[in-house]
This record gives sequence, structure tokens and C-alpha cells, in this order.
Amino acid sequence: MLLGLVRPDAGEVMLLGRPGPDPRAREEVGYLPELFRYQPWLSAAEVLALHVRLARADVPEREQRDCLALVGLAARAGDRVGGFSKGMQQRLGLAVALVARPELVVLDEPTSALDPVGRVDVRDLVLDLKARGVAVLLNSHLIGEVERVCDRVVILDEGRVAASGTLAELLGQRELRLRLGAVTAAAEARMAATGAVARSGDAFTVALPADEDGVTVPRLVADLVALGVQVHAVEPGRITLEERLLGILRHEEAP
Amino acid sequence: MTVLTVAGLTLREASRRKVLRALVVLTLALLGLSAWGFSRLSPQLDLTSGESRLVAAQVLNLVMFGLSLIAALGTAFLAGPTLSGEVESGMALAVLARPVRRAAVLAGKWLGLVAFGSAFVALAGVAEFVVVQLTLGYWPPDPVTGLLLLAAQTAVLLTLTLLLATVVSPMASGIVAVGLFGATWIAGVVGSVGDVIGNEGVARVGTVSRVLLPTDGLWQGAMYSFQDSSLLRLAGVQGTSPFFGTAPLSVAYLAWVVVWVLLIGGLAALSYQRRDV
Repeated sequence: MLLGLVRPDAGEVMLLGRPGPDPRAREEVGYLPELFRYQPWLSAAEVLALHVRLARADVPEREQRDCLALVGLAARAGDRVGGFSKGMQQRLGLAVALVARPELVVLDEPTSALDPVGRVDVRDLVLDLKARGVAVLLNSHLIGEVERVCDRVVILDEGRVAASGTLAELLGQRELRLRLGAVTAAAEARMAATGAVARSGDAFTVALPADEDGVTVPRLVADLVALGVQVHAVEPGRITLEERLLGILRHEEAP
Repeated sequence: MTVLTVAGLTLREASRRKVLRALVVLTLALLGLSAWGFSRLSPQLDLTSGESRLVAAQVLNLVMFGLSLIAALGTAFLAGPTLSGEVESGMALAVLARPVRRAAVLAGKWLGLVAFGSAFVALAGVAEFVVVQLTLGYWPPDPVTGLLLLAAQTAVLLTLTLLLATVVSPMASGIVAVGLFGATWIAGVVGSVGDVIGNEGVARVGTVSRVLLPTDGLWQGAMYSFQDSSLLRLAGVQGTSPFFGTAPLSVAYLAWVVVWVLLIGGLAALSYQRRDV
């Protein structure tokens, strides 16, 4: 619908500042469909050249070849797409989505046909795009993939937005669960300095700052030990996106 | 721009698919058979020069009908897969997500297929003229007009196939288009029978079908340009005939063909525009 492939029943689409039905709205968009098939009678390089022309982009041949190399198809540039495996066609699809220097890349299940190495390649690619300031709309059922690369997540349930927000917003604040003995007032003050503390018997829960940099927890533990506290257990208290997703889709209350 | 890009793509598709090889084999078979047949024909019959020219014109028409059938079948079965086949397989997704208008993509495909069909008609037609010239010593009076009309016939059928391909499956659109092509030809024959027996109602069948789908009308015009008009008097043909074109096409009819193509093409664009891919 975003790309004008399917007609919406209602509502309107705005894409990169233009109304969706205007073809020019798609000038800066790269798209890898879930059902990826490319002209089997063309070679990989010819498919890219075709899409560059269709996108009215001015991309030199060298850059097109680099794009094929980026997805690991440099050696097969001259081969007919008809002889490609599904994984190779998906890699080609990624190259097609990226070749016309897009501002927005829409990837629909981009790793469905890829082996584990290919999946890591795609993840790195997406992170690279993100670093270059290209917006990526990733549609995926692979939650781990989403959790690793996405800034903002939208969870759809039967076509309706069930939840949306940044990962931190969706998953709630991170927290640290501790089981401690011989807790002194000084130790409690040390924990309170990190974040809000909740206590129930010898179990403490400390809220961690959202921009936690990886040293907060070890420092806190070291300081507690220095204060004579007996540390029995330290457990990072973050639910995974998968748990959250299942919670939402099974209509459980958010934690 | 998009139109030309897609036209080029369609031409490349046509040239790289197996359908081209099938077309070449069929055409060569037809040319070879006709050459062999004609070379046997001329010495066996003891004909006057007028009669032999009449026979030559008649067999030329017959073979050209075969060629036009091959062109029609070939393009119809190319047009189906290139449109609805691409939608079904998902090939259209990546293309239509580009900043292109669907009407431009459709126009590009149409242009590419028309160029392909016309090139085929021109090459095969000229080859057949040469065969007839060498074997029977007959050269049609107006080959260029005739070939143009045959190319137009191919374009007409192609436009119809594209319209069908926007709504039904690739194979079905090819079959329906070729079926309709055959049906109008038969309606044309029925109409000429009506002419011969002087039954206006039956004759009207041919006229109406020629308006609804102009392939047979264009074919009649093409036949007229392939034969010497003096032969008609010799053959004593009146009204229309499946084997003779009896009159040149009127300007009004040619204009109607153009309108028809625009109308059906416009409908196809509308239907393609509204289709979910």
C-alpha cells in the first residue's frame, strides 16, 4: 500500500513528503518484496541497470558493480538470474533495493531464503544503512533480527497496530534484580544513586538508566561488595522483545 | 522514458525466451513447405499465365494467413505471460515499486510487443514474397501496405490480449485472444458466404465481427494488397471472400482500428492501474 502496489480501502498515504499515488514519491525508495523474483532472462548486472533506469537515477556502472559486491554477487554479475538459487535471488533483490541510492529502504522478510551467514550479512547491511542515515523499514517475523537492528518497533496484530515505540519504550525500563544480605544504609543509598529501588525481603530491584553503558552494573556490584554487602545473585531484568510480543498478541497486560 | 525502457526490456524478453525459437522453427517450416509446394505446383498444372497468377496470388494469401496466424499466436502467448505472468510470479512487484506509472509500463510492453510482432511479420513476409517470386514468378502489387496491415492485425490482437491479461491468468488470456481471433475469421467466412448467397443477414455477421474485433478486416485489406486487382475480375469474385481481399480498406475503417486500439488499450491501462499486485 505504501508503494502503491495494493489499493487501500480507506485513508491516505504520504511517502517522503509526497502523496502515495504520485509515482515521484517512490523515487528515493528501494524495495525488496517478500515474493522476490527478477527477470530470469536477464543477467544480475542487467537487472540492476534496468532498475537504475526505472528509478531515473544516475548511478555509474562501477557503483552498480559495487552494489552487487556488497551483497556477495560480484562473481555472478554476468550470469542469468534464471540460474540463481533463492538465496542468490534474495541477495540480488537487496542489491536492487539499494542500487538507486534510496533514502528509504523497505525490506519485507529480507532473510527468508538466506543461510545463517547471509542473515548476519543482511543485519550488517541494515546497520550500515542506518549509520549512513538511510531509513529502513524492516518487516520481519524473526524477532531477534528486529531486536538487534531496529530503533523503533511497530507490532501489528490482525492489521492493527498493537504496540509501537522505541525498543526501550516497548520493553519498559531495564532493571537489575539483586539478592543481597547484610545490607547497610550506605549500601541502600548507593543503590538509590543508580536508580529507584524496590525491596522485598532480601530481593532488591534497581531501575537502570535507559542509556546504560555497560559499566553501571559492575560498578554497583563492586561498590556493594566494598560496603560489606553479601551479593548472592545479580540478574539483569529485561524482557526480550519476543516475550513482549507474545504478551501483546495474547492480550496480556504489559509489565 | 519508462515506456522506452520497458519496451526495450520486453523486446529483450521476447528475443531471449524460447517462444522466439518456436516462432523461428514454425516460420522456417512454413516457408520451406510453401517453397517445396510451389515448386511442385507450377510444372504440374498446365495453366494460362492469368490462371497461374491467380493461383499464385491465392496460395500466397493462404501462406500469409498462416504467417499472420503464427504472428498472432506468438504475440498473444508472449503478451499474456509478460503482464499477468509477472504479476503472478511477483516479478512486477519490484518494477512497479519504482517511480513509474503503470500505464507507462503497459504502454512500454505494448510498444515492445508491437515492434517484435511487426519485425516478425516484415521478415517472414518478405521471405515468403521471395519464395513465391522464385517459385511462381509472382510479386504482390503492394507488399508494404499489406505487411503494414498484417502488423496492425498483430497489434490489434496484442492489445486485446493485454486487456485480457490484466484480468485473467496468462494462459487464459492467450487462449481467449486466439479464440476470438479465430472466431472473427470464421465470422468473416460466414459473412462472405452470406455475400455469395445474397443473404444480407448472414453477410452482416462478417461486417459486425469486423467492427468488434478488427483482425479479420485488416486481414481482408492485407490480402487485397497482396493480389493483382485484375485477378479479381478473372476469378469473378463478388462481395468478400476468405481467400481474396475484394476491396481496399476505407479510411473510416482504418480510423476505427486506431480508435479501437486506443479504446482497448485505455481500458487495459485502467484495469491494470486498479489491480492489486
